[in-house]
Amino acid sequence: MTRLAPDVPARAMARSPLVVRRALSAGETWVFAALIILMAIFTGLAPGKFLTLNNLSLNAQTAAPFLLMAVGETFVILTAGIDLSVGFVLVLCGVVAGEFYLSNGGPDASVGTIWVGAILGLLTGAAFGALQGFAVAKLKIPPLIATLMGLGVAEGLSYLITGGSDVRAVPNTLVSSIGTGYFAGVQWVIIISFLVTLVFGLILAYTRFGRYTYAIGSNPEAARRAGVNVDWHLIKVYSLSGLMAGIAGIVNLAYFGTTTISAHPLDNLTVITAVVIGGASLFGGRGSMLGTFIGVFIPVLLLSGLNIVGVNQYWQYILTGLVLGAAVYLDQIRRRLRERA
Amino acid sequence: MGEVAEPERPAVPLLEARGLEKHYGSVQALDGASFSAYPGEVVALIGDNGAGKSTLVKTLSGVIRPDRGQILISGNPVSLSSPLDARAHGIETVYQDLALAPDLDAAANLHLGREIYRWWPPLHVLNKPEMRRRAVAAFADLGVELPDVTAPVATLSGGQRQSVAVARAVSYASRIIFMDEPTAALGVVQRERVLDNIRRVRDRGITVVLISHNMPEVLAVADRVEVLRMGRRVARFIAAETTIEQLVGAMTGALTTEEESA
Repeated sequence: MTRLAPDVPARAMARSPLVVRRALSAGETWVFAALIILMAIFTGLAPGKFLTLNNLSLNAQTAAPFLLMAVGETFVILTAGIDLSVGFVLVLCGVVAGEFYLSNGGPDASVGTIWVGAILGLLTGAAFGALQGFAVAKLKIPPLIATLMGLGVAEGLSYLITGGSDVRAVPNTLVSSIGTGYFAGVQWVIIISFLVTLVFGLILAYTRFGRYTYAIGSNPEAARRAGVNVDWHLIKVYSLSGLMAGIAGIVNLAYFGTTTISAHPLDNLTVITAVVIGGASLFGGRGSMLGTFIGVFIPVLLLSGLNIVGVNQYWQYILTGLVLGAAVYLDQIRRRLRERA
Repeated sequence: MGEVAEPERPAVPLLEARGLEKHYGSVQALDGASFSAYPGEVVALIGDNGAGKSTLVKTLSGVIRPDRGQILISGNPVSLSSPLDARAHGIETVYQDLALAPDLDAAANLHLGREIYRWWPPLHVLNKPEMRRRAVAAFADLGVELPDVTAPVATLSGGQRQSVAVARAVSYASRIIFMDEPTAALGVVQRERVLDNIRRVRDRGITVVLISHNMPEVLAVADRVEVLRMGRRVARFIAAETTIEQLVGAMTGALTTEEESA
């Protein structure tokens, strides 16, 4: 149901009860409501601190890498898969780019060098994802295991390449532009993550690539018999998830000015939670990019709110974990109800 | 036996299988099976469980390849190495499980693998309004009423889902449609609808191969019946001149009319 949302508006104007029905049955509406409630609670608990332009902008920056990874994760989860490796691939891609910068001018690297390093990082992510996709599609290793394996490999490689200490020789130009710079009054970090989300949201909703992603998650055998090259599509989807982690890795590198090797062990928890809260079904076939976009801000604002209110931030992980469980439980119920109907 | 059908039809079958063999390990699913379907007829393929019906259908619709034997379309040998090959020859299949994506709507399912694009086609931007329009037209053609072609197929009734699968096959089949147990999961009313669909398809000049367990149904809708037993064709009948007893006899081995020594 949620998937149809992008198409609805034109017809919805004509028949208003349908609008209401569609809106109520659309996953996005509920996620958005949850987000508003969350914001209302923290606004009430910390008046004048939580709901400020400054704090919201800060949260959008914090959310940027999660949002990027969640875009890829959405495609993966729609195929009834899962990608546990995202935060670790982010680090690996940052490390690859960072090491390249370190041996090519460090902080004084030229714009050309910055581009080469960034592209190397993105390619690393895409290739790493493609290998995981190969393991899933061709070797028939369950996605959970294939990406758990990938998680270990990415983590190990990051430590091997760097010898365990963060690369801090990030080009100044990269930090001052993408990392902390503004365009038209908005941070580049925010612009990049929102733009990428928009582009891939459109691809998901309006192109063959998106349609096949839903079809494979919904019934892979039907897709295969309809002539869809299911294996190849899965490889592309996992590669896309790796690429998104790569973009997040470069953004992360620019934003913090260091590779932050040990700072991403629970990114996968945050990202998967965001996608699932956003209405994507772990059984595949259902979900939307709009849902994911809203879903990402729930764990992020939760963290920010807890910080501001003065609660130990580690509660965030506990709450995020519980929220993930609740979201999946709700999906199970929804699914059972639908199948009974 | 006098019931053996020597059809007064064009000498060349539209689709013919000769001596197909397929084994899975030590199991001989097809053991020299032959089959023929003539233009514009409804031919039923019957047989007991394990007789090889499904294997034969999968072979003829390109899902699996036979170990040995020949498939001919209008007398010309062809190689069907994938469902796409079969499609290219105008052969469509309505699978027993329908092969629908439950989360996609009827229009999307109808066009799955054959989407229509807009703007610059290499971008593969879906032309959803056009696909919807064609889906509505395809269902109307079949006399099927769907409340909403944009509702996920999972929300439709069993009969409606069946109709979606049939409409998909009919929209693209130019020569032959295989229907694998199309009524197995349906109630009485819906069953009648499917049989009507089969007749309608036949009236458009498309050959229908009906795989079924249901003898009265077979005799009601088919022009001819071919019987498979132990991976081999054992009898052919003209439906109008045949009784259920004869069909059952051929299926169980009490009656054999041909190819005994093949």
